[in-house]
Amino acid sequence: MNWADLHLMPALPEIFLLSALSVILVLDLFVSDARRGITYLLTLLTLAVCAGIQIATSVPYVTTTFSGMFVDDPLADIVKVGMYGFTAIVLVFTRQYMADRGLFKGEYFTLSLFALLGMNVMVSASHFLTLYIGLELLSLALYALIALNRDSTSSTEAAMKFFVLGALSSGLLLYGMSMVYGATGSLDIVQIGKAIQGGSGNTVLLVFGLVFIVAGLSFKLGAVPFHMWVPDVYQGSPTAITLMVGAAPKLAALVFMIRILVQGMGPMVGDWQGMLVIVAVLSMAIGNITAIAQTNIKRMLAYSTISHMGYMLLGLLAGTAQGYSAALFYAFSYVLMTVVGFGILLALSRAGFECERLEDLKGLNGRNSWYALLMLLTMFSMTGIPPLVGFYAKLVVIQAVVDIGMFWLAVFAVLMSLIGAFYYLRVVKHMYFDEVQDTAPIVVRGDAKLVLSLSGLALLVLGVLPQGLLELCLEAMRTSLAAL
Amino acid sequence: MSFSAVLFYILSAILLVSAFRVVTAKNPVHAALFLVLAFFTSAGHWLLLEAEFLAIALVLVYVGAVMVLFLFVVMMIDINIEKLRAGFWRHFPVAATVGIVMMAEMILIIASPEAGLDSFGQAAPAVAGVSNVKQLGLQIYTTYLYPFELAAVVLLLAIVAAIALTMRKRKDTKFIDPAVQIAVRREDRVRVLKMDVEKAPAKDAGSSEQQQA
Repeated sequence: MNWADLHLMPALPEIFLLSALSVILVLDLFVSDARRGITYLLTLLTLAVCAGIQIATSVPYVTTTFSGMFVDDPLADIVKVGMYGFTAIVLVFTRQYMADRGLFKGEYFTLSLFALLGMNVMVSASHFLTLYIGLELLSLALYALIALNRDSTSSTEAAMKFFVLGALSSGLLLYGMSMVYGATGSLDIVQIGKAIQGGSGNTVLLVFGLVFIVAGLSFKLGAVPFHMWVPDVYQGSPTAITLMVGAAPKLAALVFMIRILVQGMGPMVGDWQGMLVIVAVLSMAIGNITAIAQTNIKRMLAYSTISHMGYMLLGLLAGTAQGYSAALFYAFSYVLMTVVGFGILLALSRAGFECERLEDLKGLNGRNSWYALLMLLTMFSMTGIPPLVGFYAKLVVIQAVVDIGMFWLAVFAVLMSLIGAFYYLRVVKHMYFDEVQDTAPIVVRGDAKLVLSLSGLALLVLGVLPQGLLELCLEAMRTSLAAL
Repeated sequence: MSFSAVLFYILSAILLVSAFRVVTAKNPVHAALFLVLAFFTSAGHWLLLEAEFLAIALVLVYVGAVMVLFLFVVMMIDINIEKLRAGFWRHFPVAATVGIVMMAEMILIIASPEAGLDSFGQAAPAVAGVSNVKQLGLQIYTTYLYPFELAAVVLLLAIVAAIALTMRKRKDTKFIDPAVQIAVRREDRVRVLKMDVEKAPAKDAGSSEQQQA
């Protein structure tokens, strides 16, 4: 092997990201606290350039590099561009919040970029080794981000819980991977797929490993019965970090699952479909029912996340190209809804005050009708009320389940979303029909206000015109997953 | 039973006992030392598998560096172990039951004839004269270049995270930057005020005060 054989072009965005990250890491040492905006702007610029490179180097076919361990396909392209965008939005929303709490430091940006790099590696991995290292890169950055608010005991507790359960789930995942390696003799996802297809793999060992892999993946996704960490982490972290944990990593986790389950163990769809049905049913039920009892809005949104992960799995377990693209569409719309929802919580928080109880939203319409309207759109979208994007996302995943003949699952999903409507609409009731309790003025930076408004309107626009994104998802799936 | 099989069982027994003692030891220093023993015996396992470099690396890195550092930390900080372990034995029966059931299930599956472990057979012994280290080096810097570089990024991240989480400026510190101290000018410290005399001191007022005292 020599250097000319490396073909680094497909990995150009990652290489740029890592280089820019290192530059920012060093430059930030010379920037005083008062001029931290420089680091912030450089980070945003990095994200913009990464997205530019990603789009410029994208090709409508699958390319690999680094001995087949790095894969660049349309699926990776579309998800990575989404992750750059969502990370940038999160940084814009959280600037004031972090500054108010003395957390607007260089490490916040470098750790966020490290997390993004980890997600990129996960999304582009075609080998168990790189999948795992990408996952650890993401997790390690997230543990540190959660614990960044060092003097808060709740943040430290959340980071500790996340760390211990994250390590446990990594152990489960690795154990499963080692079983699959034992049965197929390869760590390369394409080779594993071929071995299983050819029937040369040892079926009992494969299923044994698959159980551990699905358990580990469900842990990472935060699906029932491996969801215990989600509410505590969402509630304990500073709201800005909760948003960081809840947004782009969900996209990466979905692609991570697609790479392992669909590309690697696709021929065993019958085996993992059953497991995912159980996980999806439990997530939708427990997520939606437990959310009703919550008084803390961050905890409520955590349980709502669990239920949304259940819906997303509906698309994945269908095992068809339509299903996978429906799951991807669901992930995109879920992240968009989360970003807007938490964006408003961030806007309502101020120095010395955290907007995290349901009562804090009371009478929001009287204080600022525009934010109340944006929150209303988010809540309606999460419920799945047309013409918002959440409705269309639920429609396509349920469609995917109906297509494979699982009518009971479709009916169950609809019933659970009816239960979920209760707690989403309760938020709307607080905002529009209750007396104002908190009369402090809402001060938001101009750029955050603009991006928040645009993201909120995107919920509506994507709901009315979902075809573009949906076709993009379907096309990406068709090209990237050769077996379909 | 061959010699290596006997060795395997002896090492495994020591490994299991020491791993169990890591969790149950009352004194954290003892727990750390049992962990060292566990690493040593796993290194022995790797030697049996003819992975000499990995065995040595495990001893050098984990036993030599990580665990020694860990022991220092354990000895430096004052851990109230009784408080940490409160409820351990109360939860132990449930945890042990779950663990044993899971282990039994796993053994049943792996040991069942359907698992077909017999078909795997023993790996061929390494050819004499082939260097373990050289093969590993060749693999790491060619085929596995990408994960190798990523591992370096993970280490960089660990450094950044550790510094971000632990470095703080002490509020009560009396430290003064020597450069600032040297560069100080007279004008910064002393201010000479010119003002008019407000009132001439009265002579007899002073003497009367002295008398009172």
